[in-house]
Amino acid sequence: MEDGRPIFLQIAELLENSILDGTLAEEGQVPSTNELAAFHRINPATAAKGVNKLVDDGTLYKKRGIGMFVTPGARAKLRGRRRDEFARQYVRPLLTEARKLGIGPTELKNMIDTWEEDQ
Amino acid sequence: MSAVVTVTDLTKRYRTVTALDRVSFSLTENRIYGLLGRNGAGKTTLMQLLTAQNFATSGEISVFGQHPYENERVLSRISFIKESQTYPSGLRVMHVLRAAGLVYPGWDEEYAQRLADVFQLPRERHVTKLSRGMLSALGIVVGLASRAPLTFFDEPYLGLDAVSRQLFYDHLLADYTEHPRTIVLSTHLIDEVSDLIEYVLLIDRGRLLLDVDAEALRGQVVTVSGPVAGVDEFVRTGTELHRVLLGGTARATVRGDFGAAARDRARSLGLDLEASSLQDIVVRLTTSTNGHAAGAGSATANKEATR
Repeated sequence: MEDGRPIFLQIAELLENSILDGTLAEEGQVPSTNELAAFHRINPATAAKGVNKLVDDGTLYKKRGIGMFVTPGARAKLRGRRRDEFARQYVRPLLTEARKLGIGPTELKNMIDTWEEDQ
Repeated sequence: MSAVVTVTDLTKRYRTVTALDRVSFSLTENRIYGLLGRNGAGKTTLMQLLTAQNFATSGEISVFGQHPYENERVLSRISFIKESQTYPSGLRVMHVLRAAGLVYPGWDEEYAQRLADVFQLPRERHVTKLSRGMLSALGIVVGLASRAPLTFFDEPYLGLDAVSRQLFYDHLLADYTEHPRTIVLSTHLIDEVSDLIEYVLLIDRGRLLLDVDAEALRGQVVTVSGPVAGVDEFVRTGTELHRVLLGGTARATVRGDFGAAARDRARSLGLDLEASSLQDIVVRLTTSTNGHAAGAGSATANKEATR
């Protein structure tokens, strides 16, 4: 796991990523806490904390005696939330770096357009 | 969630040295604790006191609700794997395993044999003829297969190579998951175990510096670098632990409550922010400056200092 960030948040994020890219389907079963702990080589209590975070925010739900499952509609909800974070995580550092190099907003937009065309 | 161990104002003095200085804490059932600290910090002394292998100068110890000294009911539930375990001469590996089976009520013979295979321990060999690494592996097998409700591993991997250490961590985690128990892992290899431990006990010169959830510690210490003015501005939100200068550029290690917002702040100040690993944090907190622990900004350290 990555240093400097609570592991349970990283576990929650990994599960979110799997839901976003469809690896974990809605209504699909999520790996158990013990499976997550063994796979990532982390303390099971920490893995449980990550899973519980997603249960608390409604991304996962519990079927008693069976396990955790992805809530229907979770994917769209996650996507919305991640879009909100996108600006903070990616656009702001982009602008900071651009300013440092003296790249103005217009030039930056042109760069994005050109880049898009090249792809 | 009951306390397995409760220690109050525990002090151990040798002639001129105070090995433990009014240490108080408790261990909650079924957690993995990391007992961390530098050489001579008092880790082994603490474990010796908890396992009745040494006498305290003053203070209270309660293990499973009772005093551990000459208390068979308590001691049969404790497994203590030492850094340099010695065995009576003439014993072979299989004898050690058999003896452990007689001592520990929770001993799992089938598991012990499986682990002995994993670590490739020759059953017929005299213990005195084992290599340093094999001797450590034997300790690990005994420690895990004893399934004691309270298990101490004191630097259990002397001479063990990286592959065997990883085997130890993996088996520890797997068996702990199946059979939860309280485990205290005393180690210098903090990076290797940082993801396994749920709680951190940090001892420095006989005093308890930290007694915290490992997760709470992650992200609490960061290193920022960049223009001095920006660094000065950033460190105001925390406690500066360390700083180096190179011309107009500074690199400072800061302790505080750093979340995503702090990252944004660093970025907008034009600083690079790097989160510290658990090992970095421990190094920073136990590297002394002016004879005082650098962790003076922490609540625990403040509490300790005012005693």
